[in-house]
Amino acid sequence: MSVFTIEAGLALLGLVLLLVEAFKPDISRRTLGLTAIAGTAFALVLLPFCGAPLPSFMQPWHQLDTLALFYKGFAIVITLLVLWLTLECAPYLTRFTVDGKLAEMFSLPLIVCSGMMWMASARDLVTVFVALELVTVSFYVLVAFARKSAFSLEAGVKYLILGALSTGILVYGIAWIYGATGTMSFEGIGKALANPATSKSTALFGAALILCGLGFKVAAAPFHMWVPDVYQGAPTPVTAFLSVGSKAAGFVVLTRALEAFLATGSIISTEVQAFLLVIGSLTVLLGSLPAMFQTSVKRLLAYSSISHAGYLLLALACSETARFELSSGGIVAFYLATYLPMTVLGFLGLGLMRANGLGEDIKDFTGLAKRNPTLALFMTISFASLAGLPLTAGFIGKLFVFLGLADHGYWGALSCAVIAAAAGFYYYFKTILAMYTTEGVETTALTLSTASKAVAGVLVLIILILGVYPKPLQKVLTASPAVVSAK
Amino acid sequence: MSVLEIIIALPLLAALAVWLGAPARAASLGATFVNLALVLYASVQYAAKPAGLAFTNARVVLENPAISFAVGADGVSLTLALLTSLVMLAAVWQIEDRPNIFYISSLLIGGGAMGAFLTTDVFFIYAFHELALIPTFLMIALHGRADAAQRKAVAWKATIYLGAGSLVLLAGLAWVVLEFSGGSKLTFDLEALRNQAQLTPLPVAKQAQIFFVLLLGFGTLVSLFPFHSWAAPAYATAPTPVAMLHSGVLKKFGLYGLIRIALPLLPQGAQVEWVQNALLLMLLGNILVMGLVTIHANRLDDTLANSSVMHMGYIFLGLAAGTEIALKGAVLLMFAHGVSIALLFGLCGRMRNQLGTLEYNKLGGLATHAPAFTVLFAFGAFASIGLPGLANFAGEVMVFAGSFTEFKAGELSNLHWTVILALWGVVMSAVYMLRAYRNIFHGSANTGLFMTDPVFSQRLPFILLAATLLVTGCCPWLLLNLMKSAL
Repeated sequence: MSVFTIEAGLALLGLVLLLVEAFKPDISRRTLGLTAIAGTAFALVLLPFCGAPLPSFMQPWHQLDTLALFYKGFAIVITLLVLWLTLECAPYLTRFTVDGKLAEMFSLPLIVCSGMMWMASARDLVTVFVALELVTVSFYVLVAFARKSAFSLEAGVKYLILGALSTGILVYGIAWIYGATGTMSFEGIGKALANPATSKSTALFGAALILCGLGFKVAAAPFHMWVPDVYQGAPTPVTAFLSVGSKAAGFVVLTRALEAFLATGSIISTEVQAFLLVIGSLTVLLGSLPAMFQTSVKRLLAYSSISHAGYLLLALACSETARFELSSGGIVAFYLATYLPMTVLGFLGLGLMRANGLGEDIKDFTGLAKRNPTLALFMTISFASLAGLPLTAGFIGKLFVFLGLADHGYWGALSCAVIAAAAGFYYYFKTILAMYTTEGVETTALTLSTASKAVAGVLVLIILILGVYPKPLQKVLTASPAVVSAK
Repeated sequence: MSVLEIIIALPLLAALAVWLGAPARAASLGATFVNLALVLYASVQYAAKPAGLAFTNARVVLENPAISFAVGADGVSLTLALLTSLVMLAAVWQIEDRPNIFYISSLLIGGGAMGAFLTTDVFFIYAFHELALIPTFLMIALHGRADAAQRKAVAWKATIYLGAGSLVLLAGLAWVVLEFSGGSKLTFDLEALRNQAQLTPLPVAKQAQIFFVLLLGFGTLVSLFPFHSWAAPAYATAPTPVAMLHSGVLKKFGLYGLIRIALPLLPQGAQVEWVQNALLLMLLGNILVMGLVTIHANRLDDTLANSSVMHMGYIFLGLAAGTEIALKGAVLLMFAHGVSIALLFGLCGRMRNQLGTLEYNKLGGLATHAPAFTVLFAFGAFASIGLPGLANFAGEVMVFAGSFTEFKAGELSNLHWTVILALWGVVMSAVYMLRAYRNIFHGSANTGLFMTDPVFSQRLPFILLAATLLVTGCCPWLLLNLMKSAL
């Protein structure tokens, strides 16, 4: 069976759920949600058995290397978690939807997932564009889903306008690159850029536009302005999806595009690398420093996600070296794998707070340890990992980035990253401290369903295991890049 | 499986068990008792072995960069492990009527310190220390002995200082790893780094630079002047077991790191003139400036907290001299200071609980109703002054004698001058400790405040520490033999 079956199957399931909801309005949201979850889980189980080559006519656009396979798994896992989070938050979310239903909240993520999986395999810019739009357009709907909430609507409009703008820039860049190199495929672009006869200024202009367009998608500074508002306004499960899924999708495309732009002998590699270093340094700082002054945890997590994007950009700036087994793409994949559990845990905490009628401000977290010690411990570990505390997954990810930067001698960028990490310690621990503060809080207990406990427990375990034993994941990511690619 | 792994894991597992609901006191006391027994067993075994690392065992965590959970101990690490297990036992033992978090945090701090002393991989040495710092901050902020705003301010001050120190330290360690990894891949294994350092020593100027960075990083953690101002308020505010464990044990981590990492890897770095002069100036700051500050303190907790900063100066003096006798004396002094300050902070905590104040002008004549308590306090106070027969004396004598070498009449080096000036510190110690002792325990008892002796079972932890001071003071060879030629 080829992996395309799964991608098509998930999109199809999404469409079917949409139709069922439309024609059978009395169907319970639990059934819909559980069907979606079951379908995604089934896809995850099937994924390892999907090594069969694609039909030959698809191969020019679609490849299946380790990285693609990793990101496909990643997309399925985050979709699964988001669907489950939606079910958990459903009673609260339905208060803000027009008809008190959540149907599209269960079908659209499946379509997003399909788009992200497709994107992970993209071999040329057209495929990237189509897959990216599939994801982004679905997100426009998801962000504005809680239509009765003004914040959600505002977030939706902001996201739509800036998303459309960035898409325009991206397409414009693709056109310029096509003009400069005469091809759309990453491989071809890499080859053309290595040819000194290619017009450097044209290629550079195109590459800059593409990087700016993708910069919007991954929330790189100075294109990050939309993030705090959109993340804060969107329903919490969607925020988690945006912050992990959409970001990962942006980074897999960036990884592929940069493989072409920074190919050996590329005429624009110096400039692109400098661009990445500057953008990355800016992003870590502009993400981390404002985060110190946030009072809303959701907004704080939005800024933190900007700063994490900065670390990832800095990782991309470090091209492969002999001293390091992981390529820069591998480091990014590793970092995202550590980023998934800790971020989802953070949003899970937020979602549960909301579901229990509490707010999203740091002061609402006061005394959480008394209300629900388990949840407080889980969130402590997640925040500690986001801060990059040793022995948690977050530290290993940061360690790779820092060592890579030091190994290349990018001292300026390294110091920006260290400053941002130090600021990170401040704002994450400010929140942790609030959770354990006891005075002046009424201590109504906060309930946590067994399923939530189990899922959160697994995520915590992943954080801790990756923190002390990252070897297996590193092995997976360093496996020779084209093991499963079709002959 | 090495015995050291059990020693590291036991307190951490006990903390987990207490969190999960095991009887707090029984589990903590049991674990710390067994731990002390295991450390004693390991020390006795080690005494019969040749010098060098023993009980080694490595579990690979990452292959490239090479990181492994590698344990191993020599005489120095065993001495500090012995200190840790003694103080941890006493700290847990003296807890009375406190929430479980007191037990959990004590076990975490102790277990973290144990891990830092007994692992031989730079990554884990650093990681375990950070692990131990987190509960320290949280406990000061949440259960400190001041009003909420003030203890939070104190906790933040300590966090910012120690966080910044840790980042400088991380930079220094990363520099070490990059310089000494050699060849094709990065390694964090201390032995490998050491071998590489012997094989291809760095140019002296570069050694000096790296050593200085490490000195600033480790130094901040040990409250080296002028990076000391976090320490006194933190100890004065910290809950008793945390003050005992941090000032007694965890603070020694910085010194241990200098002995274990900086000196062997950069043997000439410490002897370069500008580095040595800077270190001598800073340690004189510790001894003379902090000595005067301590004399001016008018509360017992202030006196103890400042004196603990001051006494670090002697240990730094031993490191600055770098002779075998001075270094062994420094390690002995680390042990002695750890035991004596833990004893004093433990007793000080009891006094505060019973009396509600520690100001000298409100206390007096306490000895009449609490003779046993007075004797125990006298052990700590006299040890701290450096009375012969108690452990600190042996360490101080060795440091002074080992530092005042190569003396030619009329030609005093900077080191000699430092020793001469540092000797005045002993006088200052006598002034403030004897004054404190007289004010509190002797004189008229007409202040209306009096305290009673603790019941026998609550005396035991302090008796344990006092007996340790006496035994190692009369027979310092017990520890010196253990250290062998590790230095």
